[in-house]
Amino acid sequence: MFFFYTVVLPPVLLDSTVNVKHLFIVLIGCILKVQPPKPLAKDRKEWADLEPVPQDDGPNPVVKIAYSEKFSDVYDYFRALLKNDERSDRAFALTAEAIELNAANYTVWHYRRVLLQALSKDLREEMRYITAIIEEQPKNYQVWHHRRMVVEWLNDPSEELEFIADILSQDAKNYHAWQHRQWVIQEYKLWDNELKFVENLLEDDVRNNSAWNQRHFVISHTTGFSDPAIVEREIQYCLSQIRKAPHNESAWNYLKGMLQDRGLSSPPGLLERVLELKETHCSPYLLAFLFDCYEDALENSNQKENVGEEERKDILRKALEICDLLANEKDTIRKEYWLFLGRSLENKSGSRGPSDKPPEPSDPASGQQEMS
Amino acid sequence: MWQRDGGQLFKKNFFFSFCVKRAVLRCLFVHFLLHSSYQLFVINPSFLCFRPALLREQHYQYLKKGLRHLSDAYECLDASRPWLCFWILHSLELLEEPIPTAVASDVCQFLARCQSPTGGFAGGPGQHAHLAPTYAAVNALCIIGTEEAYNVINREKLLDFLWSVKQPDGSFVMHVGGEVDVRSAYCAASVASLTNILTPKLFEDTTNWILSCQNWEGGLSGVPGLEAHGGYTFCGTAALVILGKEHMLDLKALLRWVVSRQMRFEGGFQGRCNKLVDGCYSFWQAGLLPLLHRALFKEGESELSRQRWMFEQQALQEYILLCCQNPAGGLLDKPGKSRDFYHTCYCLSGLSIAQHFGNMDLHHEMILGKEENRLVRLQQGCEGETGQCGWIHSEIDGFVFTYFFLFHVPPGYSRSTPLG
Repeated sequence: MFFFYTVVLPPVLLDSTVNVKHLFIVLIGCILKVQPPKPLAKDRKEWADLEPVPQDDGPNPVVKIAYSEKFSDVYDYFRALLKNDERSDRAFALTAEAIELNAANYTVWHYRRVLLQALSKDLREEMRYITAIIEEQPKNYQVWHHRRMVVEWLNDPSEELEFIADILSQDAKNYHAWQHRQWVIQEYKLWDNELKFVENLLEDDVRNNSAWNQRHFVISHTTGFSDPAIVEREIQYCLSQIRKAPHNESAWNYLKGMLQDRGLSSPPGLLERVLELKETHCSPYLLAFLFDCYEDALENSNQKENVGEEERKDILRKALEICDLLANEKDTIRKEYWLFLGRSLENKSGSRGPSDKPPEPSDPASGQQEMS
Repeated sequence: MWQRDGGQLFKKNFFFSFCVKRAVLRCLFVHFLLHSSYQLFVINPSFLCFRPALLREQHYQYLKKGLRHLSDAYECLDASRPWLCFWILHSLELLEEPIPTAVASDVCQFLARCQSPTGGFAGGPGQHAHLAPTYAAVNALCIIGTEEAYNVINREKLLDFLWSVKQPDGSFVMHVGGEVDVRSAYCAASVASLTNILTPKLFEDTTNWILSCQNWEGGLSGVPGLEAHGGYTFCGTAALVILGKEHMLDLKALLRWVVSRQMRFEGGFQGRCNKLVDGCYSFWQAGLLPLLHRALFKEGESELSRQRWMFEQQALQEYILLCCQNPAGGLLDKPGKSRDFYHTCYCLSGLSIAQHFGNMDLHHEMILGKEENRLVRLQQGCEGETGQCGWIHSEIDGFVFTYFFLFHVPPGYSRSTPLG
């Protein structure tokens, strides 16, 4: 662009035959970043002393890429610099050209980092550079790793949350962006506003599974999920999101994921609330959750003595009913899985407990029913 | 127009609704969802007869050409050329197309040029070693399976490379000065196992690190704390299988997560909850089911099917054959996307898994469409003397190279020392 403003533009402006239309075209060109083609390195004076190193693909190459002339030129010189381990400004400038041609070349990025340190380059400027590159190519591993290194060297995360928020505003599920965000938050203890950030994202799109994951990340690393008040708050949050969008798998997975370690039957009244929802907001996910509640109840009933045999059989029956319903009607794509779960549950529980002892009647009447 | 919750997903007056076959409906649905294009019926009249065909000849030509020459569109993969070798060779292998001896030899020589003097393989000649092209190169050489291929690998240096990327917490960086994620553990475990340089010390703490990647969703993330994702879940699970530690995962939670990733309308798999279907997950996600089947079996699970994997095999085959084939050859993510060798490899791999159920003793086939659609069966690893596990790419290859490397014992071990 420097060349353009100092060499191309002045004659254009001074030329009396140039009119507004021409200038308009030039302006559009600037906006679109139309640049005059840069001469190849081999034609530039500053590279005259260096012998370029062509790629050694051997006599009978495979997966041979038809590189453009520009690509071969830049990389032939890059290979020469690498061979000599040259640490210079021209080498640094060439890494930017090489990156522009292939931002996934991790060897070039590594070399750039070596040069950044060897030449004591301005890391603030590097932050500006990497910001621009990531905006252009946000789904590349190397660019995010490079940013992380620069942030670490500067020991300054102050721009990160805002930058990542901007990238997420373009693609709210960019995995690299979330990875970088979690690293920054954990490394520099920037937890304070993250739950609010997550809630805003879920307002925009309640189905954003990355946001649900971030919710779990923030809570598990701050308050944790042991406090019953927190659990109740989260249950309320989930159920209210489910009422708004019943077929949102993320909300159901979050509910289950949060509770599974302590047991789905542990929060009082949860089963009842879900059964209530079943009438108006049913979904395969609700049914699966019910199945999980029943399965959990059966597992825990082995320890509890006040759960009678009849009750166990009833829970088992309900659980198996749901398996059948899901396998044959509501979630047939997972038929093999639901059938397996049903068989497995039946095998584990059956009409006897896993200890294989005959049932102990809780009262004579039920005992007689057993016999007949 | 499209009600997402509570109501029916299709407009009632959709003119195909009552007479079209489910599979064609599936492809049309994907088209409408994504871009309302009607290209489907230009592709192949066999779709209308509901006997979808795998376009073998077209895919073969696409692969054969790519193995030699690639357009400048592939400049972005200039640091992944061993991957291109692997994706193409594996695809040819699945299609049972022989690799001509001269080509095989040329691949060996090229990969030898990609090998770093300090060990491991790089994305291209003169680049730094990286675990991903290392995985690709070693597996490509194993597919070739000749003595020339095995001799390319400098095993001592490879072990040095693996040590150079090992981290104190059990994880591996992808390359010196590079990033950490669970792919690296899989790449390392795979190449170490295939070349018989695997030692317990090398993977000390790796098991625990991988286990910490299993999250609240049941799947695994790239690093602890992130969202569960199909690619990373496959890498983490397969790495644990190779290390013999897959039973330490919450297998039930993982099973629930992965089966939930199959899309009820499209038939293919999504990579993450609430995201779109993609043909490549036909392998990364569906490929977990055979691994879990065996893991559960080893844990004493008695109710496993003896005929089918726990996903809808027919639906996946329909998605791949009807929605993921480029009529000029090559496979792809979803209708409207362009073909590439990565998707060709993993769509075909997924197709093979969906067609074949079984292990050493049992084999049950379910081929959708013509008989000629059948692909070679992907094998789960041979458990030889050393107890190595993992994906091996064909029956013959599996036996041959396990045999070859069994006679090369890792430094410091005698042949009788159990590994893992």
